[in-house]
Amino acid sequence: MESKVIDVKTAIDKVKSGDTVLVGGFGGSGAAFTLLHELEKRDLTNLTSVSEDGGYANAKLKNACPGLLDKGIITHIKVSFLGSNATVHSNINKGTLTYELIPQGTLAERLRAAGSGIAGFYTPTGVGTVVEEGKERRTIDGKEYIFEKAFHGDIALVKCFRADTMGNAVFKYSAMNFNPLMAMAAKMVILEAEEIVEPGEIEADQVQLPGVFVDHVVQSMEV
Amino acid sequence: MLDNRNIIAKNVAAMLHDGDFVNLGVGIPTLVGSYIPEGTTVLLHGENGIIGQDKIAGRAFDNDTEWEKAHSKELTTSKEGHKDLCNAGNEYVTLIPGGCCFDSSISFAMARGGHLDATVLGALQVDKHGNLANWAVPGKSVNGMGGAMDLVSGAKKVIVAMEHCSKNGESKIVDECTMPLTAIGCVSVIVTELCVIEFLDGEPTVTAMAPGLTRDELLAKTDTALSFAENIGVMAVE
Repeated sequence: MESKVIDVKTAIDKVKSGDTVLVGGFGGSGAAFTLLHELEKRDLTNLTSVSEDGGYANAKLKNACPGLLDKGIITHIKVSFLGSNATVHSNINKGTLTYELIPQGTLAERLRAAGSGIAGFYTPTGVGTVVEEGKERRTIDGKEYIFEKAFHGDIALVKCFRADTMGNAVFKYSAMNFNPLMAMAAKMVILEAEEIVEPGEIEADQVQLPGVFVDHVVQSMEV
Repeated sequence: MLDNRNIIAKNVAAMLHDGDFVNLGVGIPTLVGSYIPEGTTVLLHGENGIIGQDKIAGRAFDNDTEWEKAHSKELTTSKEGHKDLCNAGNEYVTLIPGGCCFDSSISFAMARGGHLDATVLGALQVDKHGNLANWAVPGKSVNGMGGAMDLVSGAKKVIVAMEHCSKNGESKIVDECTMPLTAIGCVSVIVTELCVIEFLDGEPTVTAMAPGLTRDELLAKTDTALSFAENIGVMAVE
């Protein structure tokens, strides 16, 4: 079997203007910064990014890529939390960035559903709030739920601690967060790994994201 | 005498039991951890994918490269802290023995699926129906709901830890919430510096009060009708 390892430039060549890009990480922790920094150099526009928050672009955070927003590469974000992220708010105020808020657990589950071939699900989250607007409400066994649809992306940029050349991945602690879910939900998945090893070096029962979900593996440049 | 925020935190901590799985939100709830009695182990859940938070090891991304280098790869464990081990507030943390990490869908399965014993969070308003508003103020820039809507939709007990009145002196306990809702009818208990209000059979019922406070004084500071339990406890304030 051919190795899935490619270089970072070849990987980011696969992103096209207008794509929906799924970005792992939580407040920047566990984000694929080697891939994101390469994306930041590209002459692309109208990308939609889907992530827990905009931490990967927060100029205050180490490694962050504010250019993704400031240069108009990403023009729409779907997140659960904008936070006190000055880069995000300044671009929203300038009108160069639009956003949609999605409850964090609903976002996670919509991605998981997409990757699992499930059309959507009924959840109690958001019943009676603005999140419910335009959605079907249903009473099941006496409890109220709203219908949330699965959510797919064109390309996922995800990060792990260790991957083998077949794309089997292991994450470190809380850096896992949204990464496996983003990988499940995208048509093409690029996995950045701090360490790349040969198949067999990760014991089968230690794999947290099976290589079946991964198309390409890139060496991370992070310390 | 403790200040208001610490009075609230101490009285919330008294509601937690050994072995409880609890999510603590930002603000006053983060103070709760320091009032959990010696010998009681409460397992703290972080929605970013951790259970068993122990100590804060530092603020992530403060460009403390030396610390990060020394706590990277497989040089350290969850007991010592790691550059890839944060809580939901982006602080580096350590975990107690038996702590664990998981992805975001599992994290919210715990919340939504009723596996957490309690979620403790701050609020802008709670109304007499137990509706909660805690994520957006009309006319102000929006930060987003984050995980709050999910965290309150399944926890066995939703504890609101907030000061009784806003900075302008307006009651945060009201007839009907006017701010955007986080969830409807989700609140089990409100703990303020003045009282503890439990929703018993759907009725906001005072079950404890600060020492020396009269019922009239409490009602004068509250913008909705309150019932009083037969036995009113005295809140700890020291």
